Amino acid sequence: MAEITQGRVPTVIADEVHIVYRVNTGSSGKGSATAALSKILRRGKGDAPGVRRVHAVRGVSFTAYRGEAIGLIGSNGSGKSTLLRAIAGLLPCESGKVYTDGQPSLLGVNAALMNDLTGERNVVLGGLAMGMTREQIKERYQDIVDFSGINEKGDFISLPMRTYSSGMAARLRFSIAAAKDHDVLMIDEALATGDRKFQVRSEARIRELREKAGTVFLVSHNNNSIRDTCSRVLWLEKGELLMDGPTEEVVSAYEKATSH
Amino acid sequence: MSDTTHDGALATSKPPSDDAGLSPAELARKYGLSVSGARPSLGGYVRQLWGRRHFIMAFSRAKLVAQYSQAKLGQIWQVATPLLNALVYYLIFGLILNAGRGMEKGVYIPFLVMGIFVFTFTQNSLMAGVRAIPTNLGLVRALHFPRASLPISFSMQQLQQLLYSMIVVVIVAVAFGNYPQPSWLLVIPTLALQFVFNTGLALVFARMGSKTPDLAQLMPFLTRTWMYASGVMFSIGTMLKDKPAWIADVLQWNPAAIYMDLVRFSLIEDYGASNLPPHVWLFAVGWAVVIGAGGFVYFWKAEERYGRG
Repeated sequence: MAEITQGRVPTVIADEVHIVYRVNTGSSGKGSATAALSKILRRGKGDAPGVRRVHAVRGVSFTAYRGEAIGLIGSNGSGKSTLLRAIAGLLPCESGKVYTDGQPSLLGVNAALMNDLTGERNVVLGGLAMGMTREQIKERYQDIVDFSGINEKGDFISLPMRTYSSGMAARLRFSIAAAKDHDVLMIDEALATGDRKFQVRSEARIRELREKAGTVFLVSHNNNSIRDTCSRVLWLEKGELLMDGPTEEVVSAYEKATSH
Repeated sequence: MSDTTHDGALATSKPPSDDAGLSPAELARKYGLSVSGARPSLGGYVRQLWGRRHFIMAFSRAKLVAQYSQAKLGQIWQVATPLLNALVYYLIFGLILNAGRGMEKGVYIPFLVMGIFVFTFTQNSLMAGVRAIPTNLGLVRALHFPRASLPISFSMQQLQQLLYSMIVVVIVAVAFGNYPQPSWLLVIPTLALQFVFNTGLALVFARMGSKTPDLAQLMPFLTRTWMYASGVMFSIGTMLKDKPAWIADVLQWNPAAIYMDLVRFSLIEDYGASNLPPHVWLFAVGWAVVIGAGGFVYFWKAEERYGRG
């Protein structure tokens, strides 16, 4: 492989990525069922009636290298999370391509867990959903439970998740999500949840994951955590890549732009 | 192709000297990167699914358990719900409408109960298939797994539900004087084939439902029509006695009717082979293979598009 001769090995390449959401708006806002019907009958050009296009990411290109920790900043709805999902291959691109080394993964298992199941079963289900084997889960099960601290106040892990306080549930979710190592890791803001003690623990765990991962993407509105973590920052605004450069440069420009 | 914009116009991180002249695609090829979210080959897809078999099983079990976890009686409802269903249908079709048309009570009641449960198996798999992607969009957008895991897992859930219903079926069969005998074993291949058929159907409708969620609104009408045309509460042969024979044959060759009749034939002593259409096993296998394999390929073809909003 050519990797030995090269100092910088690309792990993620985004080439003119465009992402468009199609939202079924039912009867497209105003009007009743009859209005919707007449719309169907009229049949406009382009998309089907009752569908609105949201162009979330517009022509973003960049190359990420092994060992880089890249922050994504921008105001709400600027397309940061959408871009992460596209890199992970979870959202199909409208045009353009994303090339990756291995399988990038998003840190998070919320969607796979079920509130009606016990914490115990959710650990197994979440682990399986992330692609761990039963043996790997069995091996790490105790670590996950200990890390979450769910059992500090009694045997909660054998109760359904709906009985947990929101903080406890968030802690368990994080513990499950952080149990697996990833090549290209993507972290979407507000991960350090729970009380102060747990925040410290989860920040340490994120750092550990980051060290093991080849490349890390971090979406956050907290400029300090971006400064702490990232060597390079992408600034997205309205789906376009406004700036791409060393952290300090981009974050100060971003702060200047948002301060008034 | 000498495209130098691989870092965007604003690239400030020092470009690696040797790679500067390469286009993104060339750079990707040089370092062996692959397109993210591309559809795997059919063989690769089957391997991925096999790798996720524990997830598929765990997910279907979890859904099944979660269903009644808030009820006081808990999992007893797995059996109580189909039992109550059977009672309601018996009340209406057996006692009030007398849909048995001369069938003895000892035959008609098991006939009805089996028809309902076997049809419900297909019906629920179909419904779950239509909603498989839209109701799990969060999961699809958060984690990687072959998307066929979802519809397969849901029809697996329905299979487990059916196995609970089979407890009721056995009770009813025995209560009306049908005792276990070798022919009962035929239920196993029948339900296995039906499961393959259902999964294929769920996969087909999962793809359609992911593009057009409105289908979920139409399905109840479609499945109800299908139910009445399949002879769930009456015998097709008896109902269409004075019509040309091919009409009854065509109705009886429809997959729902085939699997229902085979279960009845296996379990009810007085429901003989004369009630089965010609080539019944050929059709049972044929439907399973055609819809099962076809549905799988059809679903796989759109693999990279699930999850688009």
